[in-house]
Amino acid sequence: MSARIVHIASNTFREAVRDRVLYNLIAFALLLSGAAIFIGQISIEIERLVVVNLGLTAVSLFGVVIAIFIGIGLVSKEIEKRTLYTVLSRPVRRWEFIVGKFFGLAGTLVVNTFFMAIGVFAALLYVAHKFSSSDAFILVALYFIVLEFLILCSLALLFSSFSSPLLSAVFTFALFIIGSFADDLRGFAAMTHGIARWFATAAAYLVPNFSALNVISAVAHQQSVGGQVVLQNSLYALFYSAMVLSGAVLIFERRNLK
Amino acid sequence: MPAIEILGLEKIYKVGFWRKQTRRALHPLHLTVENGEIFGFLGPNGAGKTTTLKMLMGLVFPTAGTARILDRDWTEPEVKAQIGFLPEQPYFYDYLTAHELLDYYGQLSGVPAKDRKRRIDEVLARVGLTDVRGVQLRKFSKGMLQRAGIAQAILHDPKLVFFDEPMSGLDPLGRREVRDLMEQLKHEGKTVFFSTHILSDAEALCDRVAIIHKGELRGVGAVADLTSSVQGKVEVVWQGTQVPASMKALGAECHITGDTVRAVIADTQQDAAIDALRRERLRLIAITPLRTSLEAYFVEKLQHSQTTAGTTV
Ligand SMILES: Nc1ncnc2c1ncn2[C@@H]1O[C@H](COP(=O)(O)OP(=O)(O)O)[C@@H](O)[C@H]1O
Ligand SMILES: [Mg+2]
Repeated sequence: MSARIVHIASNTFREAVRDRVLYNLIAFALLLSGAAIFIGQISIEIERLVVVNLGLTAVSLFGVVIAIFIGIGLVSKEIEKRTLYTVLSRPVRRWEFIVGKFFGLAGTLVVNTFFMAIGVFAALLYVAHKFSSSDAFILVALYFIVLEFLILCSLALLFSSFSSPLLSAVFTFALFIIGSFADDLRGFAAMTHGIARWFATAAAYLVPNFSALNVISAVAHQQSVGGQVVLQNSLYALFYSAMVLSGAVLIFERRNLK
Repeated sequence: MPAIEILGLEKIYKVGFWRKQTRRALHPLHLTVENGEIFGFLGPNGAGKTTTLKMLMGLVFPTAGTARILDRDWTEPEVKAQIGFLPEQPYFYDYLTAHELLDYYGQLSGVPAKDRKRRIDEVLARVGLTDVRGVQLRKFSKGMLQRAGIAQAILHDPKLVFFDEPMSGLDPLGRREVRDLMEQLKHEGKTVFFSTHILSDAEALCDRVAIIHKGELRGVGAVADLTSSVQGKVEVVWQGTQVPASMKALGAECHITGDTVRAVIADTQQDAAIDALRRERLRLIAITPLRTSLEAYFVEKLQHSQTTAGTTV
């Protein structure tokens, strides 16, 4: 990987930190500790279930909001403010800029998720007083959440490379919602007939499959996640974000800056 | 080897919601800038200067044409390690300090880590920002941003610099400093290509200038050569509605407006003209030497285009 990509990524991370993005951790900590104390009052049986469910869902939603809100401005804001002029007039390839931005945002989310994960485990320890071996699967759920972020980052970047921040936010959020029901969509497509089946199937398989990446409920119920699923999901997320990023690069390579 | 060869670069913007309308920003432009010269790219606002520079930097794509920079195809990324660019009214990442910004740009331009700190200190001192090196750019005034812009353009010690309106946003002292800096760059053997709509900035400084108006090149040459066409001429004005034959014989170009006539003649024929007018008993109003500045040339060039445009409509 070229050094320039690393420099662009770390500058993107620095921007997020200075824009106080990590302050969301405070809100997250308050939410989670409030919930843990509240749940601590009720029955011992469902405490773990609720904390894991709530904690992981919050990790996912906080990250989704960050991915969308930073992602949509990554390219369009730099074009709008003309900060790109002095970057692209250096020996920086346009694709390096896109890829650097992607890793910068992904890195921000990984760091953010790391701190939130500590919070989830702390809350779990608070209500259950000890860890059990099945808690290891919480790590798998967190890993899948990060994979979800990678796909979202690439989508936000793709839209950011040709449309306004507002439209990008709408597109990315819509795909997030639709993708969360990708399984249902695939089931629905299988029930249709003729040409409609064709289109429905294509659409169902084109949207990002976030439902496969969501194992929060299973993990909360102390079910295990197989190695095969981990491998499949990893490959899927990498392939999907790589394709979307390539699309972003293809568009951005041809763009006239304002 | 020329530093810049612009080979027919042309830009037609597509405008409007459906991008159906077009607006021509630049007619095919042919221009050569030699190594080691300070070259002024002159024209009023909207002439197409910024468009030309943005095409050379690969920020917008030309409708047609190519260019060579430092004897290489202008799209080669390696070329960009050797050039510096100051955009018009530059704007930077405002969450960075001046020092952080230059460090980041140094990394992108491939300045080795061990030289970076020294280079940054040098250019900060050179543009007078040493005292505010630790201040975030969001607190910078327009003039300070302009200085930061110059600093980032020369940070990596480029062979060729492109400055778009480098004096704008600066006070008289600042303009003076930028002029001095461009002269120093020339002495260091660098090529300076800069655009301006302020002629006096170019006049004292440039080895050669190009004049562009409404996207069309109107003249290229050494300042002295360009101005020589209006050098040593006087304008004679008298009351009357026609031009006597004796004045025509002097080869004067005459314009009649109302009851005054203006004629431009060589200053060596001034006495003959006065004699001719006296013989015809015409009332002389004024004799004024034409300004031999770039400004006179500029005004003449642009007026010329306006009158021709006026007659064709
Ligand atoms: N992005 C753009 N879209 C449409 N027209 C543009 C764009 N940028 C510049 N123009 C037009 O191109 C012409 C030249 O502009 P510019 O290159 O900025 O001139 P200058 O720098 O000499 O003032 C102007 O008429 C301007 O309106
Ligand atoms: Mg301009």
